[in-house]
Amino acid sequence: MAKKRYIQAINDALTEEMARDPKIILFGEDVEISMFGDTLGLLERFGPGRIRNTPICEATLTGMAVGAAASGYRVVLHMMFSNFIYTGFDAIANQMAKLRLMTGGQMSMPITILAGYGGGRSSAAQHSDTPHPLLMNLGGVNVVVPASPADAKGLLKTVLRGKNPTFFLEAGGRGAETAEVPDEDYTIPLGKVSVLRPGRDVTVVAIGTMVKHALAAIPELEAKGIDPEVIDIRTLVPLDEDGIIASVQKTGRLVVVDEARDRCSAASHICAVVADKAFSALKAPPKRVTVPNVAMPYAPASEKNVLPNPAKIAAAAAALVGR
Amino acid sequence: MKTDARNFAATKEVLVPLLRQMLLVRRVEERLSADFHAGKLPGGVHLYIGQEAVAVGVCAHLRDSDTITSTHRGHGHFIAKGGSPRAMMAEIWGKRSGICRGMGGSMHVADVSKGILGANGIVAAGLAITCGAAYAVTLDRSDRVAVAFFGDGAANQGTLMETLNVATLWNLPMIFVCENNRFSEFSPTSTVTAGDIVDRARAFKIPCASVDGNDVLAVHGAAGAAIERARKGGGPSFIEAHTYRLHGHLEAEKSFLKSAYRESAEVEEWRGRDPIALFKTYLRGEGILDEREVDALEREIAAIVEDAAQFAEAGEPADPNLVFEVMFHEQRA
Ligand SMILES: Cc1ncc(C[n+]2csc(CCOP(=O)(O)OP(=O)(O)O)c2C)c(N)n1
Repeated sequence: MAKKRYIQAINDALTEEMARDPKIILFGEDVEISMFGDTLGLLERFGPGRIRNTPICEATLTGMAVGAAASGYRVVLHMMFSNFIYTGFDAIANQMAKLRLMTGGQMSMPITILAGYGGGRSSAAQHSDTPHPLLMNLGGVNVVVPASPADAKGLLKTVLRGKNPTFFLEAGGRGAETAEVPDEDYTIPLGKVSVLRPGRDVTVVAIGTMVKHALAAIPELEAKGIDPEVIDIRTLVPLDEDGIIASVQKTGRLVVVDEARDRCSAASHICAVVADKAFSALKAPPKRVTVPNVAMPYAPASEKNVLPNPAKIAAAAAALVGR
Repeated sequence: MKTDARNFAATKEVLVPLLRQMLLVRRVEERLSADFHAGKLPGGVHLYIGQEAVAVGVCAHLRDSDTITSTHRGHGHFIAKGGSPRAMMAEIWGKRSGICRGMGGSMHVADVSKGILGANGIVAAGLAITCGAAYAVTLDRSDRVAVAFFGDGAANQGTLMETLNVATLWNLPMIFVCENNRFSEFSPTSTVTAGDIVDRARAFKIPCASVDGNDVLAVHGAAGAAIERARKGGGPSFIEAHTYRLHGHLEAEKSFLKSAYRESAEVEEWRGRDPIALFKTYLRGEGILDEREVDALEREIAAIVEDAAQFAEAGEPADPNLVFEVMFHEQRA
């Protein structure tokens, strides 16, 4: 084990998998110099054929990813900020997500899309979105939201060996956070939650950027005599329904924390699944802690006002327990 | 300096405001740079320093009722189009008195009352918006025009082709102003852009000009012709202005880039072609302004900038609950 930065763990996974598999190529805007640090050094290591800066043309880049994948390559496409996924959305929604089905399974679509997401840094409405709900709704793409360096590396390795288009969403502003990462070559399967803190009273399911806040809410809950179980969702598609339900069967209460806007959020989907499949275990209605249905404002206090935080999470969990 | 002041009546009344506006944009941004590096601003800033002649040369011909769209590098366009330095700086500080009430910040400064439809965080988004604004002008049977400022990087988005097609086909009063500042973020333009950008527009057989974007009179001349033509129903025009971004892509870039993407000698060379210094020299040479008058102008601008900066700093933070009122119009979010 060694302590690694989140962004370094991603960089390590890319480097190791590109060394292992010569069919992996990576392109996007300014991936050579690397704005976030995740693609740093790849050009020097793998050369200008496999690593390539592109013009600004997202609508074409996503289509190119489809074409290169259909021609036998494993494509890593860096979209920079998650909002630029919207700019390239047509080929994602109409081609990437659907061609496997429409061709009767003739094509595989080994595409990994990297993008940083989330607010909290006064980057304003066009650089702060958390777009996983609309990706989840497409049906044909996986959505991975690692919160820790070890998970980022293990999940990305799985994704880079997979055959389906997958959004690997990087927690914005968290690149410098460090934690232990195993030394050996390891992968983490998609669709398995990670129980970060076992507890008996309330299940707190946190998504990506929100895991840190959920963990930070623990002391306040403990001080109130509440024993929370904190779960990192790790992947939204596929979704570990069994893992979530098993926890709710034990605690009888559920809070889901999501940086997406509330309406049709991942949180609302998870609450619906639990209401559907574990209704009798529930002692209280499932609760969502999300961003209201607004765009991210610029001013710091305005932004803080709409983002989930440990206090909001603790309040929601405590209210469910009745304290 | 290759200026062509003969294209228009180069009177003192026309020329001095060009210098004044360029100075205002420059000094406001120098202050923003200092405030950013002092850790006073909540978000990042993309500065226009070095490109002032483009916004100023174009906007000198515009009225409040004409519209512009701008980019992530939008402070210069905002001020050149008549936006208030106070309201812009307060916005960038995230204050209630900001032009967008603290909701938008640097990348989204907009003043609809002045025809500034906004800076924009999505590269090339302004092109289609301008095309729509120009369409509205034709519906109104007005002589207004709509100007899109966009970068060389933005020219690689497909929407450029699409808006050129619509604007040409529908004979819209739209002026495309491509500011080729030699970089698309950290990529030199030549590494991501094929051919000459202006040639893309030439394919539509509309009037096109390629000008020295550091020469405010060259920009002013080309823009004047394009805008007059559009007002008279002559349809769209395209201007590629060749210039250089003297500051970073964004002010924070040194804190996260691990390598350099340009030579400092190149930056120095372009500093020697500073559009403001060039224009000052021209005005002095032509006997239009003397040293004393330039100094007086500098002092006047310095006072405006100081006032705007203090206004911004002293303002109250944005209302945290405003988001729920302005997300929808007359409908709470
Ligand atoms: C759709 C979209 N893609 C990518 C980005 C990230 N980005 C911001 S500025 C920029 C470069 C723009 O270059 P150019 O249009 O030449 O303008 P300049 O920065 O040189 O003023 C990029 C890629 C973005 N903001 N929007």
